[in-house]
Amino acid sequence: MTRPSAARRGREPDPGFRRAPAALAVPAILGLLFLLLPLLGLLVRAPWRRIGTVLTQPAALTALRLSLETATASTALCLVFGIPVAYLLARTRFWGQRAVRALVTLPLVLPPVVGGVALFTAYGRTGVVGKWWDRWFGYTMPFTTTAVVVAQAFVAMPFLIIAVEGALRAADRRFEEAAATLGASRWTTFRRVTLPLVGPGVVAGTVLCWARAMGEFGATITFAGNFEGTTQTMPLYVYRALETADPNSAIALSLLLVAVCVAVLVALRGRWAGVG
Amino acid sequence: MSDLRADITIVRGSGFRLDLSLYAMPGEVVALLGPNGAGKSTALRALAGLIRLNAGRILVDGTDISGLPPERRRIGVVFQDYLLFPHMTALENVAFGPRSAGEPKAVARQAAERWLDRVGLSAYARVKPGELSGGQAQRVALARALATKPRLLLLDEPLAALDARTRAEIRADLRHHLTAFEGASIVVTHDPLDAMVLADRIVVIEDGRQVQAGTPAEIVRRPRTDYVARLAGLNLYRGVAEHGVVTIEAGGHLATGDDVSGPVFAVFPPAAVSVYTSRPEGSPRNVWQVEVDGIEPHADRVRVSFRGDPPVAAEVTTAAAAELDLHPGTPAWVAVKATEVHAYPA
Repeated sequence: MTRPSAARRGREPDPGFRRAPAALAVPAILGLLFLLLPLLGLLVRAPWRRIGTVLTQPAALTALRLSLETATASTALCLVFGIPVAYLLARTRFWGQRAVRALVTLPLVLPPVVGGVALFTAYGRTGVVGKWWDRWFGYTMPFTTTAVVVAQAFVAMPFLIIAVEGALRAADRRFEEAAATLGASRWTTFRRVTLPLVGPGVVAGTVLCWARAMGEFGATITFAGNFEGTTQTMPLYVYRALETADPNSAIALSLLLVAVCVAVLVALRGRWAGVG
Repeated sequence: MSDLRADITIVRGSGFRLDLSLYAMPGEVVALLGPNGAGKSTALRALAGLIRLNAGRILVDGTDISGLPPERRRIGVVFQDYLLFPHMTALENVAFGPRSAGEPKAVARQAAERWLDRVGLSAYARVKPGELSGGQAQRVALARALATKPRLLLLDEPLAALDARTRAEIRADLRHHLTAFEGASIVVTHDPLDAMVLADRIVVIEDGRQVQAGTPAEIVRRPRTDYVARLAGLNLYRGVAEHGVVTIEAGGHLATGDDVSGPVFAVFPPAAVSVYTSRPEGSPRNVWQVEVDGIEPHADRVRVSFRGDPPVAAEVTTAAAAELDLHPGTPAWVAVKATEVHAYPA
């Protein structure tokens, strides 16, 4: 977390040795262009003249607010359940732990649409859990705002778990031993020693988790549908705009989404130097 | 206050086995002295509850605590690199124990302030551990352990992380605090000097077993193994100190850099002794005439014991021994810097 000191900089090799060979430099530059050009395209093609009216359309504002709310709610959900899962994976030993770790990270590589279908089979009206909810409480989750939050949490939680688990593994456990000899219960030790020590890891995981939730599309449209006001988040709104031959709106709203994400990243980076 | 009686057996997969019986009376300071890998720190971790016993018991005031988790043992530990919580100030570190015991925040902070004051660090209450010097961190760690009102205090190589200069100062300081502590203290160290200065009684451990136990003077007088013999090479005297000069019971005087008075032990390593064939010029404050008593080769060095007031052992290189032409009966002069002579209350 500290800036490199003068001494450390002194050990860096001579500038002449810091140049990359052409065989690496050329594809590296091409790769960076490949990443940057689409963003540049958004900026170039944005309907700057009427961007104000596009962005202040009530439907767009509704979608933006829904996105911010659901992403924040699902991130909170991920924190409440993900940190304990990370703790279990990093600090305890139990039978089948390796399998559990593999399963937890599965949503990372799973196509989001498949995630949506899977959520249906569990929490849908006829799903393994959902059918009892329906029978006992008359409650169905799909196509509600709750479904949006659940879909986002499903795909985003692995990001948080992996970041926090890594931080927990890297943390010096002897601080926890010291806390125990000072009479702290395990819960107090976790709260006052472990969690602050892995704070930067938790923040990094939260940012990744929130960004993933903001961008969630596939699982959401499958499990929650695309209904204005209740399940239509920004990515879904952008998709609808493109579909209905309003590319200008889609571009403007995409830019807005980029701006929101960048703003959050920058704000967090400024506050916690260890992130990223 | 509390006494300790422990029988500790720990077996490691590697075949290492620790078998140790240990007792300490209230107020007593016991040093566990031994080479690296002897099992000293393992014994300490077992007492603290950080590793489980394979067999044995740990009686504090007659109650077996070996089944309790560390947080319920009320045993204070000062760790080798202190392990101060980096995200808390010195004050919050010291208040952590009382807070964990359920004290209200204000009460815990007041207690922490008192303890910081006792170790002379009131001015550093708001400072984070990263900004403390090694000596200061050591004292905060001691205050943090004592603030839990422990029944037993354990110190793991408390001086090992300090540089030579701070070490002497903190050693004297630590002795003062250990004397003031009412419960028993166990100090783990591989440094014979630390053990001699800090402890009332020394337990020497090698390969997981006790090889010798006794007061520092007894250990020095009758070493039982090579390791102890090497330690015993330390020159240790009993005497009375006044104005920086120790009058030795066995005869002679020694100037010391330590500020003590009354009955003391004075100690210095044989490597600190310079040997001359004629009276040396220059500044050492301790110079006296002696006669070679015995010579004993030790790898590439030679240990020479001298008769004189006081008698003294020196360690010189084989080359130097040849050059000085030392034989039993040869007269010689020895010199020891006052700063090398450590004196501490007997």
